[in-house]
Amino acid sequence: MNLQNILSEIEKVDGEIFDRLAHVSRRGLFSSLTKKTIAVAAPAIMASALTKAYGQSSALPQGVKDVLNFALTLEYLEYRFYDAGRNLSMIPNDYKAAFELIRQHEEVHVRLLKSVLGAEAVAEPKFDFSAKGTFTDTFTNFATFSAIAQTLEDTGVRAYKGQAANLMPAPAILQVALQIHATEAAHAANVRYMRGQKGWITGGTAAMQGLPAVVDGNYAGEENVTQAGVNLVSALAGDSRITADMVSQAFDEILTKDQVLTLVTPFLA
Amino acid sequence: MENVTNRPEATPSEVAAASRRSFLRVAGAAAVTGGLLSACSNADQTSVTPSGARAAGPTVALPTGDVGILAFAYVLEQLEAAFYEMILAKPYPNMSSTDKQLWADIGGHEIIHRALFKAAVGSAVPDLTFNFSSIDFNNRADVLIHAEAFEKTGVGAYNGAGKYIKNADYLTLAGKIVSVETRHHSIIRELQYPHSDAFAGPSIVTSDTGLHLAYEPTFVLPIAQKYINETLDASALVSSLA
Repeated sequence: MNLQNILSEIEKVDGEIFDRLAHVSRRGLFSSLTKKTIAVAAPAIMASALTKAYGQSSALPQGVKDVLNFALTLEYLEYRFYDAGRNLSMIPNDYKAAFELIRQHEEVHVRLLKSVLGAEAVAEPKFDFSAKGTFTDTFTNFATFSAIAQTLEDTGVRAYKGQAANLMPAPAILQVALQIHATEAAHAANVRYMRGQKGWITGGTAAMQGLPAVVDGNYAGEENVTQAGVNLVSALAGDSRITADMVSQAFDEILTKDQVLTLVTPFLA
Repeated sequence: MENVTNRPEATPSEVAAASRRSFLRVAGAAAVTGGLLSACSNADQTSVTPSGARAAGPTVALPTGDVGILAFAYVLEQLEAAFYEMILAKPYPNMSSTDKQLWADIGGHEIIHRALFKAAVGSAVPDLTFNFSSIDFNNRADVLIHAEAFEKTGVGAYNGAGKYIKNADYLTLAGKIVSVETRHHSIIRELQYPHSDAFAGPSIVTSDTGLHLAYEPTFVLPIAQKYINETLDASALVSSLA
Protein backbone atom coordinates (compact mmCIF):
# COMPACT_ATOMS: atom_id res chain seq x y z
CA MET A 1 0.00 0.00 0.00
CA ASN A 2 1.31 3.38 -0.90
CA LEU A 3 0.77 5.44 2.21
CA GLN A 4 1.62 8.68 0.48
CA ASN A 5 -1.16 8.08 -2.05
CA ILE A 6 -3.60 7.15 0.65
CA LEU A 7 -2.87 10.27 2.60
CA SER A 8 -3.21 12.52 -0.38
CA GLU A 9 -6.49 10.87 -1.35
CA ILE A 10 -7.81 11.15 2.17
CA GLU A 11 -6.75 14.75 2.22
CA LYS A 12 -9.09 15.41 -0.69
CA VAL A 13 -12.03 14.64 1.56
CA ASP A 14 -10.41 15.44 4.85
CA GLY A 15 -8.32 18.54 4.59
CA GLU A 16 -7.29 18.21 8.19
CA ILE A 17 -5.92 14.70 7.94
CA PHE A 18 -2.38 15.85 8.41
CA ASP A 19 -3.33 17.90 11.43
CA ARG A 20 -4.69 14.75 12.96
CA LEU A 21 -1.22 13.27 12.91
CA ALA A 22 0.01 14.91 16.04
CA HIS A 23 3.36 16.63 16.22
CA VAL A 24 4.30 16.32 12.57
CA SER A 25 4.00 18.85 9.84
CA ARG A 26 3.04 17.63 6.42
CA ARG A 27 6.38 18.62 5.03
CA GLY A 28 8.26 16.66 7.64
CA LEU A 29 5.92 13.67 7.81
CA PHE A 30 7.70 11.27 5.55
CA SER A 31 11.21 12.35 6.31
CA SER A 32 10.75 12.13 10.03
CA LEU A 33 8.79 8.91 10.30
CA THR A 34 10.65 5.67 10.10
CA LYS A 35 9.10 2.87 8.11
CA LYS A 36 8.08 1.21 11.35
CA THR A 37 6.40 4.33 12.62
CA ILE A 38 4.42 4.63 9.42
CA ALA A 39 3.21 1.06 9.80
CA VAL A 40 2.05 1.97 13.29
CA ALA A 41 0.41 5.19 12.13
CA ALA A 42 -1.50 3.74 9.15
CA PRO A 43 -4.20 1.98 11.19
CA ALA A 44 -4.80 5.21 13.09
CA ILE A 45 -5.18 7.10 9.83
CA MET A 46 -7.59 4.50 8.51
CA ALA A 47 -9.46 4.52 11.80
CA SER A 48 -9.82 8.26 11.59
CA ALA A 49 -11.39 7.94 8.15
CA LEU A 50 -13.69 5.17 9.38
CA THR A 51 -15.00 6.96 12.43
CA LYS A 52 -15.19 10.38 10.80
CA ALA A 53 -18.94 10.21 10.27
CA TYR A 54 -19.42 9.54 13.96
CA GLY A 55 -17.12 12.22 15.27
CA GLN A 56 -15.34 9.79 17.52
CA SER A 57 -15.29 6.09 18.10
CA SER A 58 -17.42 6.33 21.24
CA ALA A 59 -20.24 7.65 19.06
CA LEU A 60 -20.30 4.51 16.92
CA PRO A 61 -23.55 2.57 17.28
CA GLN A 62 -23.24 0.09 20.18
CA GLY A 63 -23.96 -2.86 17.89
CA VAL A 64 -21.05 -1.87 15.68
CA LYS A 65 -18.72 -1.48 18.64
CA ASP A 66 -19.77 -4.91 19.91
CA VAL A 67 -18.87 -6.48 16.57
CA LEU A 68 -15.52 -4.70 16.47
CA ASN A 69 -14.63 -5.80 20.00
CA PHE A 70 -15.64 -9.37 19.17
CA ALA A 71 -13.42 -9.21 16.09
CA LEU A 72 -10.61 -7.69 18.12
CA THR A 73 -10.75 -10.59 20.57
CA LEU A 74 -10.36 -13.07 17.71
CA GLU A 75 -7.53 -11.06 16.19
CA TYR A 76 -5.71 -10.96 19.54
CA LEU A 77 -6.00 -14.74 19.63
CA GLU A 78 -4.69 -15.21 16.11
CA TYR A 79 -1.89 -12.70 16.48
CA ARG A 80 -0.63 -14.18 19.75
CA PHE A 81 -0.77 -17.67 18.25
CA TYR A 82 1.34 -16.77 15.22
CA ASP A 83 3.64 -14.54 17.23
CA ALA A 84 4.37 -17.39 19.63
CA GLY A 85 5.19 -19.56 16.60
CA ARG A 86 7.24 -16.90 14.88
CA ASN A 87 10.24 -18.30 13.04
CA LEU A 88 10.30 -21.46 15.12
CA SER A 89 12.49 -24.13 13.56
CA MET A 90 9.58 -26.58 13.51
CA ILE A 91 8.06 -24.56 10.63
CA PRO A 92 9.39 -25.96 7.32
CA ASN A 93 11.33 -23.38 5.34
CA ASP A 94 8.80 -23.61 2.50
CA TYR A 95 6.13 -22.21 4.79
CA LYS A 96 8.02 -19.63 6.83
CA ALA A 97 7.17 -16.77 4.46
CA ALA A 98 3.48 -17.63 4.58
CA PHE A 99 3.32 -17.77 8.37
CA GLU A 100 5.27 -14.56 8.77
CA LEU A 101 2.89 -12.78 6.38
CA ILE A 102 -0.12 -14.13 8.24
CA ARG A 103 1.38 -13.05 11.57
CA GLN A 104 1.90 -9.53 10.23
CA HIS A 105 -1.68 -9.34 8.96
CA GLU A 106 -3.11 -10.38 12.31
CA GLU A 107 -0.89 -7.82 14.01
CA VAL A 108 -2.15 -4.96 11.86
CA HIS A 109 -5.75 -6.17 12.19
CA VAL A 110 -5.33 -5.80 15.95
CA ARG A 111 -3.90 -2.31 15.52
CA LEU A 112 -6.61 -1.24 13.11
CA LEU A 113 -9.47 -2.46 15.28
CA LYS A 114 -7.94 -0.95 18.41
CA SER A 115 -7.55 2.36 16.59
CA VAL A 116 -11.17 2.38 15.49
CA LEU A 117 -12.41 1.51 18.97
CA GLY A 118 -10.09 3.89 20.78
CA ALA A 119 -10.70 3.85 24.54
CA GLU A 120 -13.54 1.36 24.09
CA ALA A 121 -11.30 -1.43 22.82
CA VAL A 122 -11.47 -4.56 24.96
CA ALA A 123 -8.30 -5.52 26.80
CA GLU A 124 -6.30 -8.42 25.48
CA PRO A 125 -7.05 -11.67 27.30
CA LYS A 126 -4.43 -14.23 28.29
CA PHE A 127 -4.29 -17.27 26.03
CA ASP A 128 -3.61 -20.96 26.49
CA PHE A 129 -2.56 -22.51 23.19
CA SER A 130 -2.74 -25.99 24.61
CA ALA A 131 -6.49 -25.37 24.79
CA LYS A 132 -6.64 -26.66 28.36
CA GLY A 133 -4.31 -29.55 27.61
CA THR A 134 -5.94 -30.72 24.38
CA PHE A 135 -2.84 -29.88 22.31
CA THR A 136 0.43 -30.81 24.01
CA ASP A 137 2.84 -29.87 21.21
CA THR A 138 1.36 -26.72 19.65
CA PHE A 139 4.70 -24.98 19.13
CA THR A 140 6.95 -28.00 18.72
CA ASN A 141 5.05 -30.05 16.15
CA PHE A 142 4.23 -28.44 12.82
CA ALA A 143 1.33 -30.83 12.25
CA THR A 144 -0.36 -29.51 15.37
CA PHE A 145 0.58 -25.88 14.75
CA SER A 146 -0.71 -25.91 11.18
CA ALA A 147 -3.88 -27.79 12.17
CA ILE A 148 -4.69 -25.13 14.78
CA ALA A 149 -3.82 -22.41 12.26
CA GLN A 150 -6.24 -23.86 9.71
CA THR A 151 -8.97 -24.14 12.32
CA LEU A 152 -8.47 -20.56 13.52
CA GLU A 153 -8.51 -19.17 9.96
CA ASP A 154 -11.53 -21.15 8.78
CA THR A 155 -13.32 -20.15 11.98
CA GLY A 156 -12.30 -16.52 11.60
CA VAL A 157 -13.87 -16.45 8.15
CA ARG A 158 -17.12 -17.81 9.56
CA ALA A 159 -17.04 -15.39 12.50
CA TYR A 160 -16.61 -12.23 10.40
CA LYS A 161 -19.22 -13.44 7.93
CA GLY A 162 -21.71 -13.94 10.74
CA GLN A 163 -21.32 -10.29 11.82
CA ALA A 164 -21.56 -8.59 8.41
CA ALA A 165 -25.25 -7.79 8.76
CA ASN A 166 -24.63 -6.16 12.16
CA LEU A 167 -22.28 -3.66 10.50
CA MET A 168 -24.82 -2.41 7.97
CA PRO A 169 -25.39 0.83 9.95
CA ALA A 170 -21.72 1.72 9.29
CA PRO A 171 -21.02 1.09 5.59
CA ALA A 172 -17.36 2.12 5.64
CA ILE A 173 -16.67 -0.18 8.56
CA LEU A 174 -18.65 -2.96 6.88
CA GLN A 175 -16.41 -2.73 3.84
CA VAL A 176 -13.26 -2.90 5.96
CA ALA A 177 -14.67 -5.92 7.80
CA LEU A 178 -15.39 -7.62 4.47
CA GLN A 179 -11.81 -6.93 3.40
CA ILE A 180 -10.45 -8.44 6.63
CA HIS A 181 -12.82 -11.38 6.14
CA ALA A 182 -11.28 -11.97 2.71
CA THR A 183 -7.77 -11.76 4.11
CA GLU A 184 -8.65 -14.49 6.60
CA ALA A 185 -10.03 -16.59 3.73
CA ALA A 186 -6.79 -16.14 1.77
CA HIS A 187 -4.86 -17.32 4.84
CA ALA A 188 -7.22 -20.25 5.38
CA ALA A 189 -6.85 -21.52 1.82
CA ASN A 190 -3.06 -21.31 1.94
CA VAL A 191 -2.76 -23.14 5.27
CA ARG A 192 -5.20 -25.80 4.06
CA TYR A 193 -3.16 -26.25 0.90
CA MET A 194 0.12 -26.68 2.77
CA ARG A 195 -1.60 -29.35 4.87
CA GLY A 196 -2.61 -31.24 1.75
CA GLN A 197 -6.24 -30.14 1.98
CA LYS A 198 -8.30 -28.46 -0.69
CA GLY A 199 -8.41 -24.70 -0.25
CA TRP A 200 -12.17 -24.86 0.29
CA ILE A 201 -14.24 -26.55 2.98
CA THR A 202 -15.95 -29.81 2.07
CA GLY A 203 -18.70 -31.05 4.36
CA GLY A 204 -19.32 -30.24 7.99
CA THR A 205 -16.92 -32.38 10.04
CA ALA A 206 -13.37 -31.88 11.25
CA ALA A 207 -12.37 -35.27 9.81
CA MET A 208 -13.22 -34.04 6.31
CA GLN A 209 -10.67 -31.25 6.79
CA GLY A 210 -7.98 -33.62 8.07
CA LEU A 211 -8.52 -32.36 11.61
CA PRO A 212 -9.22 -34.06 14.96
CA ALA A 213 -12.81 -34.42 16.13
CA VAL A 214 -12.18 -31.96 18.94
CA VAL A 215 -12.72 -29.14 16.39
CA ASP A 216 -15.89 -30.62 14.86
CA GLY A 217 -17.87 -27.65 16.09
CA ASN A 218 -15.73 -25.27 14.06
CA TYR A 219 -17.01 -26.91 10.88
CA ALA A 220 -20.59 -27.75 11.89
CA GLY A 221 -23.02 -26.41 9.31
CA GLU A 222 -20.54 -26.26 6.45
CA GLU A 223 -22.32 -29.24 4.88
CA ASN A 224 -25.23 -26.97 3.93
CA VAL A 225 -26.28 -27.22 0.26
CA THR A 226 -29.38 -24.97 0.35
CA GLN A 227 -28.85 -21.25 -0.29
CA ALA A 228 -31.60 -18.62 -0.38
CA GLY A 229 -34.13 -21.43 -0.29
CA VAL A 230 -32.68 -23.20 -3.32
CA ASN A 231 -31.36 -26.74 -2.84
CA LEU A 232 -28.50 -26.52 -5.30
CA VAL A 233 -27.79 -30.24 -5.36
CA SER A 234 -31.33 -30.79 -6.60
CA ALA A 235 -31.23 -27.76 -8.89
CA LEU A 236 -28.09 -29.05 -10.60
CA ALA A 237 -28.92 -32.75 -10.42
CA GLY A 238 -28.80 -33.06 -14.20
CA ASP A 239 -25.30 -31.59 -14.48
CA SER A 240 -22.71 -34.39 -14.34
CA ARG A 241 -19.93 -31.90 -13.58
CA ILE A 242 -21.46 -30.97 -10.24
CA THR A 243 -21.19 -33.05 -7.07
CA ALA A 244 -22.81 -32.53 -3.68
CA ASP A 245 -19.32 -31.94 -2.26
CA MET A 246 -18.81 -29.07 -4.69
CA VAL A 247 -22.09 -27.49 -3.60
CA SER A 248 -20.98 -27.55 0.04
CA GLN A 249 -17.56 -26.13 -0.95
CA ALA A 250 -19.06 -23.31 -3.02
CA PHE A 251 -20.40 -21.44 0.05
CA ASP A 252 -18.77 -20.77 3.40
CA GLU A 253 -21.30 -20.72 6.21
CA ILE A 254 -21.60 -18.31 9.11
CA LEU A 255 -21.08 -18.92 12.81
CA THR A 256 -22.87 -16.78 15.37
CA LYS A 257 -20.97 -14.78 17.94
CA ASP A 258 -22.06 -17.16 20.71
CA GLN A 259 -20.96 -20.19 18.69
CA VAL A 260 -17.55 -18.66 18.06
CA LEU A 261 -17.04 -17.62 21.68
CA THR A 262 -17.86 -21.15 22.81
CA LEU A 263 -15.37 -22.54 20.29
CA VAL A 264 -12.51 -20.26 21.33
CA THR A 265 -13.10 -20.45 25.08
CA PRO A 266 -10.64 -23.36 25.53
CA PHE A 267 -7.91 -21.04 24.22
CA LEU A 268 -8.57 -18.48 26.95
CA ALA A 269 -6.29 -18.94 29.94
CA MET B 1 13.65 -17.62 0.05
CA GLU B 2 12.14 -16.10 -3.06
CA ASN B 3 10.41 -12.85 -2.53
CA VAL B 4 7.64 -12.24 -5.00
CA THR B 5 6.15 -9.23 -3.36
CA ASN B 6 7.05 -6.95 -6.18
CA ARG B 7 6.33 -9.23 -9.06
CA PRO B 8 4.91 -7.23 -11.94
CA GLU B 9 1.24 -7.63 -12.55
CA ALA B 10 0.19 -9.77 -15.45
CA THR B 11 -1.40 -7.35 -17.88
CA PRO B 12 -1.70 -3.63 -18.38
CA SER B 13 -5.26 -3.70 -17.09
CA GLU B 14 -4.00 -5.47 -14.01
CA VAL B 15 -1.44 -2.77 -13.47
CA ALA B 16 -4.15 -0.20 -13.74
CA ALA B 17 -6.17 -2.15 -11.22
CA ALA B 18 -3.31 -2.27 -8.78
CA SER B 19 -2.51 1.40 -9.08
CA ARG B 20 -6.08 2.29 -8.37
CA ARG B 21 -6.56 0.00 -5.44
CA SER B 22 -5.54 2.40 -2.76
CA PHE B 23 -7.79 5.07 -4.19
CA LEU B 24 -10.75 2.75 -4.28
CA ARG B 25 -10.12 1.63 -0.73
CA VAL B 26 -10.17 5.19 0.43
CA ALA B 27 -13.27 5.82 -1.62
CA GLY B 28 -14.92 2.97 0.25
CA ALA B 29 -13.73 4.20 3.60
CA ALA B 30 -15.02 7.63 2.80
CA ALA B 31 -18.37 6.44 1.51
CA VAL B 32 -20.20 7.57 4.60
CA THR B 33 -18.86 11.04 4.12
CA GLY B 34 -20.08 11.29 0.52
CA GLY B 35 -17.88 13.40 -1.71
CA LEU B 36 -15.15 11.14 -2.88
CA LEU B 37 -17.48 8.31 -3.74
CA SER B 38 -19.53 10.35 -6.13
CA ALA B 39 -16.35 11.73 -7.64
CA CYS B 40 -15.31 8.15 -8.21
CA SER B 41 -18.58 7.33 -9.91
CA ASN B 42 -18.31 10.31 -12.18
CA ALA B 43 -14.80 9.42 -13.16
CA ASP B 44 -15.74 5.95 -14.31
CA GLN B 45 -17.86 4.81 -17.17
CA THR B 46 -21.08 3.13 -16.23
CA SER B 47 -21.83 1.95 -19.71
CA VAL B 48 -19.08 0.59 -21.86
CA THR B 49 -19.14 0.47 -25.58
CA PRO B 50 -16.88 -2.25 -26.87
CA SER B 51 -14.16 -0.91 -29.08
CA GLY B 52 -12.20 -2.59 -31.82
CA ALA B 53 -13.39 -5.10 -34.36
CA ARG B 54 -15.91 -6.80 -32.15
CA ALA B 55 -19.45 -5.72 -32.84
CA ALA B 56 -21.50 -4.50 -29.93
CA GLY B 57 -24.18 -6.94 -28.85
CA PRO B 58 -27.58 -6.02 -27.51
CA THR B 59 -27.64 -3.83 -24.43
CA VAL B 60 -28.36 -5.37 -21.05
CA ALA B 61 -29.56 -2.82 -18.51
CA LEU B 62 -28.95 -3.83 -14.92
CA PRO B 63 -31.80 -3.12 -12.47
CA THR B 64 -31.46 -0.78 -9.51
CA GLY B 65 -30.91 -1.41 -5.80
CA ASP B 66 -30.36 -4.83 -4.27
CA VAL B 67 -31.72 -6.67 -7.29
CA GLY B 68 -29.26 -4.72 -9.39
CA ILE B 69 -26.37 -5.74 -7.14
CA LEU B 70 -27.43 -9.37 -7.41
CA ALA B 71 -27.69 -8.94 -11.19
CA PHE B 72 -24.19 -7.46 -11.19
CA ALA B 73 -22.96 -10.53 -9.27
CA TYR B 74 -24.82 -12.78 -11.73
CA VAL B 75 -22.95 -11.14 -14.62
CA LEU B 76 -19.62 -11.85 -12.92
CA GLU B 77 -20.55 -15.42 -12.03
CA GLN B 78 -21.65 -16.06 -15.62
CA LEU B 79 -18.29 -14.74 -16.80
CA GLU B 80 -16.29 -16.87 -14.38
CA ALA B 81 -18.32 -20.02 -15.02
CA ALA B 82 -17.98 -19.62 -18.79
CA PHE B 83 -14.22 -19.13 -18.46
CA TYR B 84 -13.75 -22.34 -16.46
CA GLU B 85 -16.08 -24.21 -18.80
CA MET B 86 -13.69 -23.26 -21.61
CA ILE B 87 -10.72 -24.64 -19.64
CA LEU B 88 -12.55 -27.89 -18.97
CA ALA B 89 -13.81 -28.20 -22.53
CA LYS B 90 -10.41 -27.49 -24.04
CA PRO B 91 -7.73 -28.67 -21.56
CA TYR B 92 -4.24 -27.36 -22.24
CA PRO B 93 -1.69 -29.99 -23.34
CA ASN B 94 -0.55 -32.39 -20.62
CA MET B 95 -2.94 -31.03 -18.02
CA SER B 96 -2.11 -32.92 -14.84
CA SER B 97 -4.78 -34.79 -12.95
CA THR B 98 -4.22 -32.36 -10.06
CA ASP B 99 -4.85 -29.39 -12.32
CA LYS B 100 -7.87 -31.10 -13.84
CA GLN B 101 -9.37 -31.58 -10.39
CA LEU B 102 -8.59 -27.98 -9.47
CA TRP B 103 -10.38 -26.58 -12.52
CA ALA B 104 -13.26 -29.00 -12.03
CA ASP B 105 -13.65 -27.80 -8.43
CA ILE B 106 -13.33 -24.08 -9.08
CA GLY B 107 -15.39 -24.29 -12.26
CA GLY B 108 -17.99 -26.32 -10.40
CA HIS B 109 -18.26 -23.68 -7.69
CA GLU B 110 -18.79 -20.93 -10.26
CA ILE B 111 -21.40 -22.99 -12.12
CA ILE B 112 -23.18 -23.43 -8.78
CA HIS B 113 -22.99 -19.70 -8.01
CA ARG B 114 -24.34 -18.97 -11.48
CA ALA B 115 -27.23 -21.36 -10.95
CA LEU B 116 -28.14 -19.68 -7.67
CA PHE B 117 -28.18 -16.20 -9.19
CA LYS B 118 -30.09 -17.44 -12.21
CA ALA B 119 -32.76 -18.68 -9.83
CA ALA B 120 -32.73 -15.32 -8.03
CA VAL B 121 -32.41 -12.76 -10.82
CA GLY B 122 -32.49 -14.75 -14.06
CA SER B 123 -35.43 -12.70 -15.23
CA ALA B 124 -33.38 -9.50 -14.99
CA VAL B 125 -30.28 -10.65 -16.85
CA PRO B 126 -30.25 -12.98 -19.87
CA ASP B 127 -27.70 -15.71 -20.51
CA LEU B 128 -24.73 -13.67 -21.66
CA THR B 129 -22.30 -14.65 -24.41
CA PHE B 130 -18.56 -14.27 -24.10
CA ASN B 131 -15.47 -13.63 -26.15
CA PHE B 132 -12.35 -15.20 -24.70
CA SER B 133 -10.27 -14.87 -27.87
CA SER B 134 -7.59 -12.92 -25.98
CA ILE B 135 -6.86 -15.94 -23.79
CA ASP B 136 -4.57 -18.78 -24.89
CA PHE B 137 -6.31 -21.83 -23.44
CA ASN B 138 -3.45 -24.04 -24.68
CA ASN B 139 -1.04 -22.29 -22.36
CA ARG B 140 -1.22 -23.17 -18.65
CA ALA B 141 0.53 -19.96 -17.58
CA ASP B 142 -1.93 -17.83 -19.56
CA VAL B 143 -4.86 -19.75 -18.12
CA LEU B 144 -3.54 -19.16 -14.59
CA ILE B 145 -3.00 -15.46 -15.27
CA HIS B 146 -6.59 -15.04 -16.37
CA ALA B 147 -8.02 -17.24 -13.64
CA GLU B 148 -6.14 -15.11 -11.12
CA ALA B 149 -7.45 -11.94 -12.71
CA PHE B 150 -11.07 -13.14 -12.77
CA GLU B 151 -10.95 -14.29 -9.16
CA LYS B 152 -9.30 -11.05 -8.08
CA THR B 153 -12.00 -9.06 -9.83
CA GLY B 154 -14.67 -11.20 -8.19
CA VAL B 155 -13.26 -10.78 -4.69
CA GLY B 156 -12.87 -7.03 -5.12
CA ALA B 157 -16.34 -6.73 -6.63
CA TYR B 158 -18.12 -8.48 -3.76
CA ASN B 159 -16.08 -6.63 -1.15
CA GLY B 160 -16.81 -3.29 -2.78
CA ALA B 161 -20.52 -3.93 -3.35
CA GLY B 162 -21.39 -5.28 0.09
CA LYS B 163 -21.90 -1.84 1.64
CA TYR B 164 -24.59 -1.03 -0.95
CA ILE B 165 -26.76 -4.05 -0.11
CA LYS B 166 -29.85 -3.15 1.94
CA ASN B 167 -31.17 -6.65 2.64
CA ALA B 168 -29.22 -8.42 5.40
CA ASP B 169 -29.87 -11.88 3.94
CA TYR B 170 -28.43 -10.84 0.59
CA LEU B 171 -25.39 -9.39 2.33
CA THR B 172 -24.79 -12.64 4.19
CA LEU B 173 -25.24 -14.59 0.96
CA ALA B 174 -22.65 -12.41 -0.76
CA GLY B 175 -20.37 -13.05 2.21
CA LYS B 176 -20.77 -16.80 1.81
CA ILE B 177 -19.60 -16.51 -1.78
CA VAL B 178 -16.81 -13.95 -1.52
CA SER B 179 -14.73 -16.02 0.88
CA VAL B 180 -14.86 -18.94 -1.54
CA GLU B 181 -13.76 -16.67 -4.39
CA THR B 182 -10.92 -15.54 -2.14
CA ARG B 183 -9.95 -19.15 -1.47
CA HIS B 184 -9.80 -19.71 -5.22
CA HIS B 185 -7.64 -16.65 -5.66
CA SER B 186 -5.28 -17.65 -2.85
CA ILE B 187 -4.75 -21.14 -4.30
CA ILE B 188 -4.19 -19.85 -7.84
CA ARG B 189 -1.58 -17.41 -6.54
CA GLU B 190 0.10 -20.29 -4.70
CA LEU B 191 0.22 -22.29 -7.94
CA GLN B 192 1.75 -19.34 -9.76
CA TYR B 193 4.32 -18.53 -7.07
CA PRO B 194 4.72 -21.52 -4.74
CA HIS B 195 6.03 -21.26 -1.19
CA SER B 196 6.04 -17.50 -1.05
CA ASP B 197 3.86 -14.71 0.29
CA ALA B 198 2.11 -14.32 -3.07
CA PHE B 199 -1.23 -15.70 -1.82
CA ALA B 200 -1.81 -12.53 0.19
CA GLY B 201 1.26 -10.35 -0.34
CA PRO B 202 1.31 -6.57 -0.62
CA SER B 203 -0.07 -6.48 -4.17
CA ILE B 204 -3.21 -8.21 -2.81
CA VAL B 205 -3.49 -7.33 0.89
CA THR B 206 -2.37 -4.00 2.33
CA SER B 207 0.68 -4.47 4.56
CA ASP B 208 -0.20 -1.82 7.08
CA THR B 209 -3.88 -2.57 7.61
CA GLY B 210 -4.27 -6.17 6.39
CA LEU B 211 -7.14 -5.44 4.00
CA HIS B 212 -7.91 -7.54 0.92
CA LEU B 213 -9.18 -6.02 -2.33
CA ALA B 214 -12.33 -3.92 -2.69
CA TYR B 215 -13.46 -2.51 -6.04
CA GLU B 216 -16.35 -0.20 -6.78
CA PRO B 217 -18.89 -1.59 -9.30
CA THR B 218 -17.90 1.23 -11.67
CA PHE B 219 -14.38 -0.15 -11.67
CA VAL B 220 -15.39 -3.78 -12.14
CA LEU B 221 -17.86 -3.35 -14.99
CA PRO B 222 -15.39 -2.23 -17.68
CA ILE B 223 -13.11 -5.16 -16.77
CA ALA B 224 -15.96 -7.64 -17.21
CA GLN B 225 -17.25 -5.89 -20.33
CA LYS B 226 -14.06 -6.72 -22.22
CA TYR B 227 -15.15 -10.37 -22.37
CA ILE B 228 -18.90 -9.90 -22.78
CA ASN B 229 -20.52 -9.57 -26.20
CA GLU B 230 -23.62 -7.84 -24.88
CA THR B 231 -23.27 -4.22 -23.78
CA LEU B 232 -23.81 -3.72 -20.07
CA ASP B 233 -25.63 -0.60 -18.99
CA ALA B 234 -25.23 -0.07 -15.26
CA SER B 235 -26.12 3.61 -15.23
CA ALA B 236 -29.40 3.14 -13.37
CA LEU B 237 -27.81 0.72 -10.93
CA VAL B 238 -24.93 3.03 -10.15
CA SER B 239 -27.21 6.04 -9.63
CA SER B 240 -29.32 3.98 -7.27
CA LEU B 241 -26.41 3.13 -4.96
CA ALA B 242 -25.99 5.18 -1.87
